[in-house]
Amino acid sequence: MNTITVKFFARLREQSGVDAMDLEIGDMTKLSELIAQLQDQHQDWTILQQKNLMAAVNHSMITDDCLLAAGDEVALFPPVTGG
Amino acid sequence: MTSLTDSQLLRYARNILLSNVDIAGQEVLLGSHVVVIGAGGLGSPVLQYCAAAGIGQLTIIDDDCVDETNLQRQVIFNEQQVAQPKAEAAAAQLRQLNSAITLNAKTERLEAGNVDGLLQGADLVIAGTDNLASRMLANGYCRAHSIPLVTGAAIGTSGQITCFDFRQQNSACLACVYPDESENLSCAQSGVLGPVVGTVGSLMATEAIKLLLNIGKPLTGRLLVWDAMSMDWQNFNYAKSPGCKVCGEN
Repeated sequence: MNTITVKFFARLREQSGVDAMDLEIGDMTKLSELIAQLQDQHQDWTILQQKNLMAAVNHSMITDDCLLAAGDEVALFPPVTGG
Repeated sequence: MTSLTDSQLLRYARNILLSNVDIAGQEVLLGSHVVVIGAGGLGSPVLQYCAAAGIGQLTIIDDDCVDETNLQRQVIFNEQQVAQPKAEAAAAQLRQLNSAITLNAKTERLEAGNVDGLLQGADLVIAGTDNLASRMLANGYCRAHSIPLVTGAAIGTSGQITCFDFRQQNSACLACVYPDESENLSCAQSGVLGPVVGTVGSLMATEAIKLLLNIGKPLTGRLLVWDAMSMDWQNFNYAKSPGCKVCGEN
């Protein structure tokens, strides 16, 4: 198993009450699979359920999908368009 | 020889004292036309700082009227301006701040049918509107015409800001960063803290000046995400997306 860190920002951090958590993932786990796993585990975090949730891995934004590796830092945050 | 008058040299002295602005930079600002989409919480500081800095021509686009609930954060307006069109009301305030610049108030919503006319002649566009559709229209126009675009957004107690310098070949675009065009919560739905939009708007004005003067390191290829409650600032890097539906290869 590989340990990664997931960080939550803005309204997602406020709603979850969690800044960051360490998670164990299996080899060849994709970002999309991690998000799906979190969504399944935390169905009351409605912002996490948004289909347009934004994600970055090691401070690089990911719009498609990618494989995660041990030590990765995944950041999750909702898009903001208000003005 | 400078083209600046004694009055301008005095007025903009604190800009000119900055070594990376100087007289030449001030002349660039005075000769620039910036279009600001949205005269709301973000547009307020954007417009005030752009006018104060001496950006010579500002076009203000907003189809809304000042509402009493706007006064909590849209600090360009006052109580006497409630119910007035925002673009006109903002222009009236800016005329008092800087009577020497040209102000164009456009009480229109940016749409596919008017985007060419409204953004024509812009040296730089700043998008601080409350909807993604208008931002995407600005993105398309700016990309097609090689005009830099500064875009910022805020809601609740957090904000995001980034820039696209379409003068550079192979610049990423707004759709690379926000590929999903579904609209998100508006400030009217979820609330927003006044100084949060003020801060994000001030950053947008800073980025606009940097891009106009080609100074510093603009927020291109980086999305700044700010969480005011944890007072956490994060830069997330992004690149042009090959699969982008606006600028991608397919």
